[in-house]
Parts: sequence; structure tokens; C-alpha cells
Amino acid sequence: MKKAGARIYTFLIFLFLYAPILVLIVFSFNDSETASRTVWGGFSLRWYRKLFEDRLILEALCNTLLIAVVSAAASTVLGTMAAIGINSMKRLPRRIMMNITNFPMVNPEIVTGVSLMLLFVSAVRLFGGRSLGMGSLFAAHITFCLPYVILSVLPKLRQMDPNLYEAAQDLGCPPGKAFFKVVLPEIMPGIVTGLIMAFTLSIDDFVISYFTSGTTQTLPIYIYSMTRKRISPEINALSTVMFAVVMILLIIINARNAKERKTEKLPEYHESM
Amino acid sequence: MKSDSKFLSAPYTVWMTVFIVLPMLLVGYFAFTDKSGSFTLENILSVGQYSNVFLRSIWLGAVATVVSLGLGYPLAYIIAKMNARRQNVMVMLVMLPMWMNFLLRTYAWMTLLEDNGLINSFLGALGLPRIHMINTAGAVVLGMVYNYIPYMVLPLYSVLTKIDKSVIEAAQDLGANSREVFLKVVVPMSMPGVISGVTMVFVPAVSTFIISKMLGGGGNLLIGDLIDMQFLGSAYNPNLGSAVSLVLMVIILICMGIMNQFDDGEAAGGGMLL
Repeated sequence: MKKAGARIYTFLIFLFLYAPILVLIVFSFNDSETASRTVWGGFSLRWYRKLFEDRLILEALCNTLLIAVVSAAASTVLGTMAAIGINSMKRLPRRIMMNITNFPMVNPEIVTGVSLMLLFVSAVRLFGGRSLGMGSLFAAHITFCLPYVILSVLPKLRQMDPNLYEAAQDLGCPPGKAFFKVVLPEIMPGIVTGLIMAFTLSIDDFVISYFTSGTTQTLPIYIYSMTRKRISPEINALSTVMFAVVMILLIIINARNAKERKTEKLPEYHESM
Repeated sequence: MKSDSKFLSAPYTVWMTVFIVLPMLLVGYFAFTDKSGSFTLENILSVGQYSNVFLRSIWLGAVATVVSLGLGYPLAYIIAKMNARRQNVMVMLVMLPMWMNFLLRTYAWMTLLEDNGLINSFLGALGLPRIHMINTAGAVVLGMVYNYIPYMVLPLYSVLTKIDKSVIEAAQDLGANSREVFLKVVVPMSMPGVISGVTMVFVPAVSTFIISKMLGGGGNLLIGDLIDMQFLGSAYNPNLGSAVSLVLMVIILICMGIMNQFDDGEAAGGGMLL
């Protein structure tokens, strides 16, 4: 009896979570000239065709991917270096650094976005140069990705035995080589987690991009303008494509984890995001 | 890794100074100056005119947080009691919607809630009266709950799975029934999860501006909308916008301070928070 209750409850919550997504997906295949969101007019792929012919969407997608790749790579390198530095600091400077790192994560996103916009606008006013666009987007995305990289690398550094690095040097390894041969492999899982997080956060970000993009379009900004304008089933098609891509990626990641777990025989929960 | 590795964080320090500390100082500067750049308190004082907007944001954010906690806690508890393999599947199912852009998720609710939307067509087909749902405060709360409930479930789940089973068994051995075990052992021990869940839902809910725009129509202006209007909207006035941002930050910091207080008092205070 109790178990049945739990099942029904779980089902209802998941219905709540997934019903809207299902509706979006179903209506992406809707063939209706009036572009109604709610009247079913038969199956068609027309909105997908329209989607892939839309040059603005493809351009926005290119921008989004470019920004995500650049800011994920840059924030991973900067963040890993910073984590190593912070880890070797004394208590007080470390606390200051951690407070600065945590700040953007607790601060409301809209305030971060607005403050960066003020910075870029003031910089343009003072020093001239181009107005907001790709440059300010790169800077903004690197900024909000950095804390996540640092917070995923730091725990790995703490877990590491500090003697390992010294042992490598005692055995005649030069410092640089000791870092790449000893430290880097130890903290690699944290770096990879940080990189993936930075990449997905950057792709998904709307609020901060909205204030720092000027007239440059990223995918979330374009989606926003689509929802403002009119009823457009192209959005449904776009959502379906994005959802499908995410599903496939997650299934691949999970299959890989399951394989690893089998070989390691560790039934541990994987730290995915 | 001795003293020399300290300098590895120098680029980061410079970066954060330019892109976090300096922008925050700029918000402060704009909030306390007028258009010509001279000092004024006018912006901060005129924030008072919008106290209804602030109260509405805090109220709706609080309602959304309580609803998320009420719906999310049982789910996290149920998941935590499942076997390991099903737990993983369930956690993934909770996270999966988060991978879809939140604009699209909110847009999906527009489709459902409209006056001619799916829910109303469904009600109409059943012969029931139609309900006006879109552009109401309720729709905004629904959008908040829908978007942020995973942030509530995940920390609750991770705290609940970490509770030592032997503690629960000890309570049972000492004669506690299942209700007492839940209220006196499980709930107090899950407080850290409750606190981080509440913060993770409340902060974005209070400062949102898209959800209210899409689901709340014009009548449910929130703090986020007010800020948006001053920077990118019709009412362009970055000085006032900065002042509103500053007040929003202070409110959030106060709320987090209160939450942390509860976190410290949790060991002594037991389960009297709920």
C-alpha cells in the first residue's frame, strides 16, 4: 500500500516534469498552416525543414558553440592554475580567494550580468573600441565559468598526497616534468569535470549573455526573441533537436560509465553534473 | 609544490579583480551618482517607490521555495530508499529537464496554460468551465517551481542517502516508530540539504525576470524585470537600475545569512524548523 503510494507520487512528479517537454516534441511534428500551438493538423516535418533553412539560427548556433569552446578551454586552463596556486596558499589569502570565487555563484545572475554590462559600456566610453559583442561575451563567459572549474579541481588537489610531487623531484625529476607526470594525472578527473561543466554552462547561459551581447546573437538569446515575437513551431523543432542531442550524449556517457564500473567493480554513483 | 606555485593564481586574481570586483564597484558607483556623475542618494531613495515590486518578488519566490520543498522532499526520500541502480536512473530523470534551455521549458508552459491552450481545450472537451491561468501570479509560481525543483531535490537526495542506516536502526531499537524515526532522526539529519535546497531555489526565483515576463504578463512585475527595464528596456536609467541591483544583493545576502544561522543552530535546535 505504502509502496503503491510512493510509486504514484513519483509518477505524478515526473508527469509534471516531462509533460511540457512531451507536448513541445509532439507539436514540433504538427502540420498546421495557422501555426497554432494547440490544434493538431497531422504529421509533418515542415518545421524542421524551416529550422535548418533559417540562417539566423545557424549563425546563432555557431556563435554559441564558438563561445562555449573558447570560454571552456580558457577557464579550464586559468582555473586549474588558480586552483594549484590557491591550494598552496596560507590560510588568510586562501580564504580571501575562496570568497571571491564563491561570490559570483551566490550573487544573483542578473546582477552579475548588469555589472559586467556596466564595465563593458564604461570601458567603451573611456577607451573607445568596439561596442559589446563577441569580445565581451568571451570575457563574461570565462568569468562565470571560472569558479566552477576551481571548485571541481580543488578537492582533487586536497586529496592528493603532497609528498608525491616532492618524491618525484627527489628522484631527479625536474619541477615542470614532475607536474605533468605526477600532479596532472592525479587531478585530471577534476579538470575534466570542470571543463564539461564550463562548456554546458556556457551553452545554456541566457541571463548574463543577454546583458553583455550587444547585438550579437547566441542561441538562447535567439530563442528568447522567438518567444517574444509570435507563435512559432520552429521553436518546438529546435527544442526537440536539442533534447535529442542531450539524450544521446547522456546515454553514451552512462554506457561508458557502466562499462568502467563493470571493470572496476565499484558500484559507486558517478559524479556527473 | 612550494612558494613558487602561489604565483600560478596571479592571472586569476587579475581576472577576477577586473571582471568581478571592478564591476561590483561600478554598480555601487552608479547607484550613488546621477547622470552627470555627482553624488546623490536619490536613486537609493527612489527604490522605495518600488517596494510593492520587491514584496511581490520575495513573496512569490518564498511561495515557490515552499512548494518546491513540499513536493521535492518526498521525492528525494522515495528515491533515496530505492536500490542503487534505480537511484541512478531516477537522479538522471530529475536532472534531464535541466539540460533543456530554461527558456524552452518556460515556453512549453505558455503552450499549456494559455486561454486557448492545451489544458483549457482538455477541460472544454470534458465539458468543464475554462480557467484563466496565463498572466497570473500562480502561473509565475508554477514556472519557478518547474524550473528550480531539481535544485531542491538533488541536495536533499544527496544528504538523505548519506544518513547512516545504523542511526535509524538504533532509533528503532530504542523503540521509535516509523513516524518518530522520520521526524526526529531523518528530518533533522537532512537539514543541511534543506538549507542548500532552499537557497538554491530562492535566490534564482527572487531574481528571475524571464519567467514573470513569459508567464506573468504585464501585471506581475518582479525585481528582475525592474532591473531589465532600467538597462535594456524602455525606462533606460542605469543609475536607478544599479540602485535596485544593490538592494537586491543586500536582500539576498541577508537571506543567506539567516539560512546559515539556521545551519549552525541545527545541531541544537533539532527538527523544529518545519
